[in-house]
Amino acid sequence: MATRLWIVIVIGAACLSAQSPKTAKFVPSRTAFGQPDLQGVWTNATLTPLERPAALASKAFFTPAEAGAFEKQAQESNNRDRRGTDATSDLAGAYNQAWFDRGTKVVSTLRTSLIVDPDDGKIPYTADGRKRLSAAADFARAHPADGPEDLALADRCLLWATAGPPMLPGPYNSNYQIFQTPEYVAILVEMIHDVRIIPLDGRPHLASGMREWLGDSRGHWEGNTLVVETTNFTYKSHFRGATENMRLIERFTRTDADTLTYDFTVEDPATFLKPWSASIPMTKSPGPIYEYACHEGNYAIPGILGGARAQEAAAKGGK
Amino acid sequence: MIAVAAAAGVLSLAAPPVAAQTTIARSARTADGKPNLNGIWQVLTEANWDLQGHAAAAGPIIQLGAIGAMPPGLGVVEGEEIPYKPEAVAKRKANFADRLKLDPEVKCYLPGVPRATYMPFPFQIVQTPQFILISYEYASAARTIYMKDPGPAPVDSWMGQSVGHWDGDTLVVDVTGFNDQSWFDRAGDYHSDALHVVERYTPHGPDSLMYEATIEDKNVFTKPWKISMPVYRRLEKNVQLMEFKCVEFVEELMYGEYRKKVAK
Repeated sequence: MATRLWIVIVIGAACLSAQSPKTAKFVPSRTAFGQPDLQGVWTNATLTPLERPAALASKAFFTPAEAGAFEKQAQESNNRDRRGTDATSDLAGAYNQAWFDRGTKVVSTLRTSLIVDPDDGKIPYTADGRKRLSAAADFARAHPADGPEDLALADRCLLWATAGPPMLPGPYNSNYQIFQTPEYVAILVEMIHDVRIIPLDGRPHLASGMREWLGDSRGHWEGNTLVVETTNFTYKSHFRGATENMRLIERFTRTDADTLTYDFTVEDPATFLKPWSASIPMTKSPGPIYEYACHEGNYAIPGILGGARAQEAAAKGGK
Repeated sequence: MIAVAAAAGVLSLAAPPVAAQTTIARSARTADGKPNLNGIWQVLTEANWDLQGHAAAAGPIIQLGAIGAMPPGLGVVEGEEIPYKPEAVAKRKANFADRLKLDPEVKCYLPGVPRATYMPFPFQIVQTPQFILISYEYASAARTIYMKDPGPAPVDSWMGQSVGHWDGDTLVVDVTGFNDQSWFDRAGDYHSDALHVVERYTPHGPDSLMYEATIEDKNVFTKPWKISMPVYRRLEKNVQLMEFKCVEFVEELMYGEYRKKVAK
């Protein structure tokens, strides 16, 4: 009797820690080879920010009315005149709601941030992590456009936050297609035609000297959840200021017919005081995934760099 | 005994499940009974230098010496010659003469089809009943083959729109919706946006495929023509596609002229 009670408590605790009892009941269909079927086109577009906005410091969840007001305000903000004083900020401000595709809704959980741990919805930076971030920001202010390496990875068509990993919603095209075989799960990321191919055969990670923009991912199934561990990042990816030693755990779970819940935990003791976690309900999309040939159409880099050189020449000419 | 069990319990938390570490037997057929094309593949030809037969020659960059020289190739074009329209031959020649500036590969642009297949990089096929993903190591290029025709391509693209079906044990892929930007090789062989490619992937033993592509473009060629070559499975232990995000490697070439000059 005591044993049975103990089991009930353990199972109950596991359910609470994983997801709400309502969604835990969803039983996903299976592929012909017996894996939970995560396949399809999914989007993680949302108006909910990764970190909780300062104005909502004590509020972990919106009421439905508050969510509606936040959604309206977020869309209006995207449409305000945001012209900048230099080439880079002018480019960043050149988009409005007609371009953006962050959706029109906050996440269905009504959380005020995608971060679910820690409780304040903020990335728990170490002092050293903050110092590195502010040094990088200082350098960027002093050298906004000396050469292509000064520009954002997305502007350079090297890496978008949509690919990550972790995979965060971007300003537009936050779309993914998942493919499954007995040996691999593949995620085609619309931005910028990156493909994450995740082996499921328990092989070791790449040797530690081999570093990749998207890191090196290995997956396995835990019940109906695909768990992916990624290491071997390059320092150049610097996700939210993390070092190349960042370790990422992602969990993909079908939680209802139209939702793939994407949970992730980021660890990097040099940058974060403790591991932190976020949860994004990805929703079904009709597709298709388009080709986003980012680099092939990159007129921004010559525009930004050429503009900066023209400004310097004008300043030198005593204009 | 208890200590051993406890230690094993701790280990099982830390390490992946033991079953996952055994090699999954490679089946000749997928669960839906189709030939199993899953795997990491690569061609072994000099087709990317020139689809047509060619003797070895010096490369376009003197400093690269033997590294940059063109290896000889027997050619992969059926009937040896690509049937260019007379007026198209001149453009092919001009492309070759100015290849350092014009070859999309120099700029790390998407390779198009069929060039993606015979770039000197591996590619991975991820095969499902409804969609077959081909992920190419070169430039992180990718394409999805729709096994159900979604209708005309919504927009022109570098990699085109691929629609597949099975002809016996051969995967036949009809590719349309191309732009006119990609080339077929480093020799300047090119096409227009009227390009139509029909590929055939046929299993040829457990570790090779025969690849054929029929190329049609009424603006550039007098008739359809065909290339063929074997594709081999990469058999190294734990082989995986690596990143070749070459955009970073061409920034100085493409944007160096806009770099801020450092005062001397």
